[in-house]
This record gives sequence, C-alpha cells and structure tokens, in this order.
Amino acid sequence: MVAARAHHSAEHLGEQAIWSALFSVPDPEIPAVSIVDLGIVRDVTTRQVTLTPTYTGCPATLVIEQMVRAALDEAGFGEVEIRTILSPPWTTDWISEEGKAKLLAYGIAPPVPAGSREVGCPQCGSIRTEEISRFGSTPCKAQWRCTDCLEPFDLFKCH
Amino acid sequence: MPSLPPIRPEDEAVAKVRGNTGAFDAPPVAEEDRVRFDYLLRLGDDSLILGQRLSEYCGHAPSVEVDLSLANMGLDLIGQATHFLEYASKVEGAGRDGDALAFRRDVLDFRNCWLVEQPNGDFAQTMARQFLFSTWQKLLFGQLTASADEMIAAIAAKAVKEVTYHEELSAEWVIRLGDGTDESRRRMKEGLDWNWRFIPELFEMDEIAAEMTSRGIGADVGSFREEYDRKVRAVIEQATLEVPSDQRPILGGRRGHHSENLGHILAPMQYLQRTYPDATW
Repeated sequence: MVAARAHHSAEHLGEQAIWSALFSVPDPEIPAVSIVDLGIVRDVTTRQVTLTPTYTGCPATLVIEQMVRAALDEAGFGEVEIRTILSPPWTTDWISEEGKAKLLAYGIAPPVPAGSREVGCPQCGSIRTEEISRFGSTPCKAQWRCTDCLEPFDLFKCH
Repeated sequence: MPSLPPIRPEDEAVAKVRGNTGAFDAPPVAEEDRVRFDYLLRLGDDSLILGQRLSEYCGHAPSVEVDLSLANMGLDLIGQATHFLEYASKVEGAGRDGDALAFRRDVLDFRNCWLVEQPNGDFAQTMARQFLFSTWQKLLFGQLTASADEMIAAIAAKAVKEVTYHEELSAEWVIRLGDGTDESRRRMKEGLDWNWRFIPELFEMDEIAAEMTSRGIGADVGSFREEYDRKVRAVIEQATLEVPSDQRPILGGRRGHHSENLGHILAPMQYLQRTYPDATW
C-alpha cells in the first residue's frame, strides 16, 4: 500500500518534470510562447508524450518533435515515447490564457471567437482594424492593419 | 477537346512491366485493402497535385498578399496529402512510405481528378479552379468526418477547417474579378469556362467509390451535388457572370488516365527523388 502510493507519487513527480521540460520548448515559429501554452501537448505520462499538429501542413511539426525529443533527453526522460495524434483536431481554444497574453505582448493579436471581426491592435489597443490578407507570415496567422496607429500586425487565426 | 478512349488493361499491363525500380513493381496487396488504398490515393493525390500547382506561384503572384495566400493554401494541401499518403502506405503495407508514393509513382498510378492538374493559366483561371475544387472538397471532407475509417475521419476533421478558408478566399476572388473591370471579368469568365468540364468527374461514382461508400468509409458524393451546384451558382451570380453551360465531361483521372499536364507537373516534382533516390537533407 505504502509502496503503491510511493510509486504513484513518483509517477506524478515524473509527469510534473516532463511538463516543465516541455514548458521550456518554444514554438519554433513564435518563440515567445511555449508548445504547452499553444495546447500542442495533449497528454503526458511517464511513458509517453502526446502531441498534435496545429495545421495539417505546418512545417514546424517535425521541428517541434525534434525539440521535444531533445528537451526530454536533457531532462533525463530519454525513454519517453513521442506520439502524434490528429484527433480531436487542434483548435485555438486550447491556447492558454497565459499563451494569449504572451502572444499579445509579442505583437500578435490572439485569436478572436469564430465569427467575430473585432480584433484589437496589439500596439495601441484600438479595435478600428482591418484585414489586409487572409494569410500571413505563417499558415496560422492573418495580416491585419490598425487604422488608428496604422501599424500592420499578425492575427493568430481562430481555427 | 475530344473525349479520349479509355486505357485498356493490356496497355497498362505492358506499361507496368517496363519499369524496374519505380512504383510499377509494387507488390500486390490484399483485395479488401486495395480498394481502400486506391481511395486514399484519390484523396491524397488531389491534394498533392493541386498543392504542387499552387506552389508554382511562389514568388510570382500578382501581389505579396496573394503570394502568401497561394503558398499557404498549397502548404495546407500538401499537409493533407502527407497524411493521406502516409496512411495509404500503411494500408498498402508494401514498404513504400508516403514520400515514395508521392515521388516515385508514374502518371498511370496517380488517382487525382483532372481539375487539379489543369494549368494555372492566369490568376483568374487559378482562382476559378480553386473555387470549383475547394467548394467540392469542403463538402467532401465534411462528410468524411463521419467515415467509419477513424484515420480518414481524423484527417478530414483536421483539414475541413483549412479548406473553409480556401473556399472563402477563392469565392471572394471569383466575385471580385467577375464583377470587376472589363478585363478581369473576361478573364474570370474564361477561367470558369476552362475548368467547367472537369466538374462532373468530381461526382463520378465508380466501383471503388461505391464500395467505399457502402462500407461507410467513403463519401457519397452524389448526396451533395445539389448543394454544390447551389453554392457555385450563388457565387457566380454574385460575380454577375453567367453560369457556364455544361460541356461534355472528361473522366478517367481516378483510373490513372490523365491529361498531358500531369507529366509536366511530376517531372520537376519528382526530379530530385528520381535522380538521387533516398536523398535526405
């Protein structure tokens, strides 16, 4: 009984250690946020880490896997498997509040709810903004412009 | 363009023994899986070929924003193709992976529809092709999210969100160009006319499609034909253009019968892997 509990807590500690290792892995396209903030890490056990791609054609998917592998090795979890799942599909709803705050501070407007066209300018906060292009510097972003401060900015698309 | 005769099985058999290291030598797979494999090739090849076509625009589009749009749509499509073809390779179980399927099959083994291999033409023709395809693909993937094949359902659910963008973006361009200047209007009309005769193939139900549907894996394309026609018509009317009249359809892409365009797409796409097999970064 005692041994079982000890084992359980070791497992728990292991998972915590893996989570914190993953928290240090930045998104290669938006290094201001970690892959945990973005909701790419779906599940962690001491045997397996489950990831999901943001976009089907996201070129960062492979890079992320390699970075996760390196982070796990460094934290002493070289035996942990990495698994990628497609279902349920990733959604911007999984970006944490902390992640959204980091995006904004980085100059990227966080995703707005589906259907909403009210996008705040990350520079001046104005909501008088307009879409320039449906696609931006990466597949997950659109190009917008603030009509008050005139700065162009990226909007993380709702997905 | 006249309708072409079908490829006779004996012609195909002759073509297939000529290769020595290419896809033509692939070992046979179990009958049940072969149907699923073929269906996955159709899904994957549509995305792969259109993705490759759009990539041709990289650095050549009329404006930076459009360049980004086309490259990103191409990327989405190649992402879909990667998932479908990787899965197809598992179903086939012949030891060739998704890359081998993309880069080492020959024209006769491609299962994409004719629409996606049509030349880019001018920007209007490209957008007309995209609109006609993405409108269809969105309805298709919408239905495939309920596929009895969990992997197909997962890929479709992932991709349908992206295709929604493709449909919106291309529909907006059809309207903007159609209801634009005399020149943009003429070009959009010509673009729609060019691509129109490839629509019927999207709704073709042959034995493979029918078997996949009856097993609950494939989509029943006929079930959304009316919805497709309605959507396409609504956009064309908003673009103040006339809906083109139906022409004699060209069929056969699903069985490996392609236009000369496909070879010209594959030549640059497959060059590296053909010349330096198994090359890696």
